[in-house]
Amino acid sequence: MTLADAANLATPIDHRGRRRPRDAEWRLVLPLGMFMILFFAAPLLVLLVVSLFGEPEMRTLGLAQYARFLGDRFTLGILLDTLVLGAEATLVCLVFGLPLAWVCSKAGPRLQPVLRFLVILPIMTSVVVRTFGWIVILGRQGILNKALLALGLVDDPLRLLFSETGVVIVLAQVQMPLMVLPLLTTLQRIDPNLWAASSALGAGSWRTFRRVILPLTLPGIAAGCMLVYAACTTAFVTQTLIGGARLVYMPLYIFQQATGANNWPFAAAMSVLLMIAVLVVVSLLNLLGRTRRGADA
Amino acid sequence: MRSVDAERLSFRLVFGALAGVAIFFLLFPTVIVVLTSFTSSASLRFPPDGLSLRWYAALANAHQMQAAALNSLEVAAGATLISVVLGTTGALALAQSRAGWARLLDSLFMSPLLLPALAFGFAALIYFSLLGLELSRTTLVLGHAAVCVPFVLRTTLASLSQLDPGLLDASASLGAGRFYTFRRVTLPLIGRAVAAGGFLAFMASFDNVPVSLFLADARTEVLPIHLWQIIETDLDVRTAAASGLLILLTLLLMIAAERFAGLSKQLRG
Repeated sequence: MTLADAANLATPIDHRGRRRPRDAEWRLVLPLGMFMILFFAAPLLVLLVVSLFGEPEMRTLGLAQYARFLGDRFTLGILLDTLVLGAEATLVCLVFGLPLAWVCSKAGPRLQPVLRFLVILPIMTSVVVRTFGWIVILGRQGILNKALLALGLVDDPLRLLFSETGVVIVLAQVQMPLMVLPLLTTLQRIDPNLWAASSALGAGSWRTFRRVILPLTLPGIAAGCMLVYAACTTAFVTQTLIGGARLVYMPLYIFQQATGANNWPFAAAMSVLLMIAVLVVVSLLNLLGRTRRGADA
Repeated sequence: MRSVDAERLSFRLVFGALAGVAIFFLLFPTVIVVLTSFTSSASLRFPPDGLSLRWYAALANAHQMQAAALNSLEVAAGATLISVVLGTTGALALAQSRAGWARLLDSLFMSPLLLPALAFGFAALIYFSLLGLELSRTTLVLGHAAVCVPFVLRTTLASLSQLDPGLLDASASLGAGRFYTFRRVTLPLIGRAVAAGGFLAFMASFDNVPVSLFLADARTEVLPIHLWQIIETDLDVRTAAASGLLILLTLLLMIAAERFAGLSKQLRG
């Protein structure tokens, strides 16, 4: 009797009763739980408390910092800009990431590992390095402007660096793997016969994609968008290096207020608001993915 | 039938083109950085005026950068060690249970991946200073570990869900103790996933900016922040050489991770 046979014999007996000896293993969660409470949850709780102080010296409690932030057009604009930036970059990621994931999922057994490796490589490469590459590309004397000038498409070099368009392009590129990987996972789970069946019934490629493949891919789309959106809204390096000093987004503003201006309560309130805003978007996307998953099951 | 063919063609063209653009843009900046790093001039012009290794040679004298790189390596090693130990034990516990609390804890432990890391970095700074703890390499490692644990937890949980529970029962019924079963049955089966998670955690820590921004000071300066400052202040071509070196190391580490841990397969889940 091999080990696998033994396993098959053992399985039904053990699976009837829920109390197995290794149920005691739930205690193994304690070290991780303690660590996350002490060094993740507790700091966030302290952040919340600090955000409730009225002044940098932290004397009076209240919602003054939130009122100040939400009541000021300038600061509110920074939050909205950040959220819109995340949405734009996520959309660009999706438009290019979905076809890339699709091609990966259809690639042959030789090509697919190569494509997969090429998708993962950028996310492992330091964000600073990738952003630095874009500076060389997008600068006034950069490759893109030189090419456009040489082709006669523009008369003067474009201002791509330090522009919102530039930040969106670079963010989309930097975070693309986070979109492609979950998409690839979902696409590979789709039964290839569905495509054939839809074609046999007379549906064209676009229609099959829209009506059959896309609905089944929604959980992957939701997961990818969640990851990319969360990453884009907090991408300090890309935002500051490509956006420059004139384009201020929440991460830079929080950093300035926290370390430069030393206004902890205000910076804390902003951090809390950014977290809430991102969590709301992420939860909505999560809900979208889940309802689909529920409907398909 | 003809219109179906035309549609198939247009679908393939559009998807192929978009995918082609995507893959080109994924690799383009990396290739540019590598090519630029071999320039012989003192500017970042592209294409380079001439080729040389002078900026790589210049790295030998970039003592501050070297110190930052070394510090980054040590911090990443520490954060990875904590992540692997806590992530693996945590995954073993969570994989056992389908109860509500396990799912809740699972999403809580994963939340560092979705919450703005910069907000957490600032929170950690406030926390440590209110506790009266001076910023040190230890606090930096702890902060990094909190955001790196999810990588190990994710890959290990995915691998445990593939594990046939019958194997563990078989081992137990053959008289093996729980620790023996873990060492001889579970660990060999999930080892690659743990290693892949550890690799991801290491890279995430080595590249972390949002947490280091608040928790690293002059004594514990890390490489990404050092490079970020150089790029912000004056674009030094040494940055290109350092980037080229980082890309090479990443490539080598990734190939190793692919060989020994099946990295790209582990990322499927």
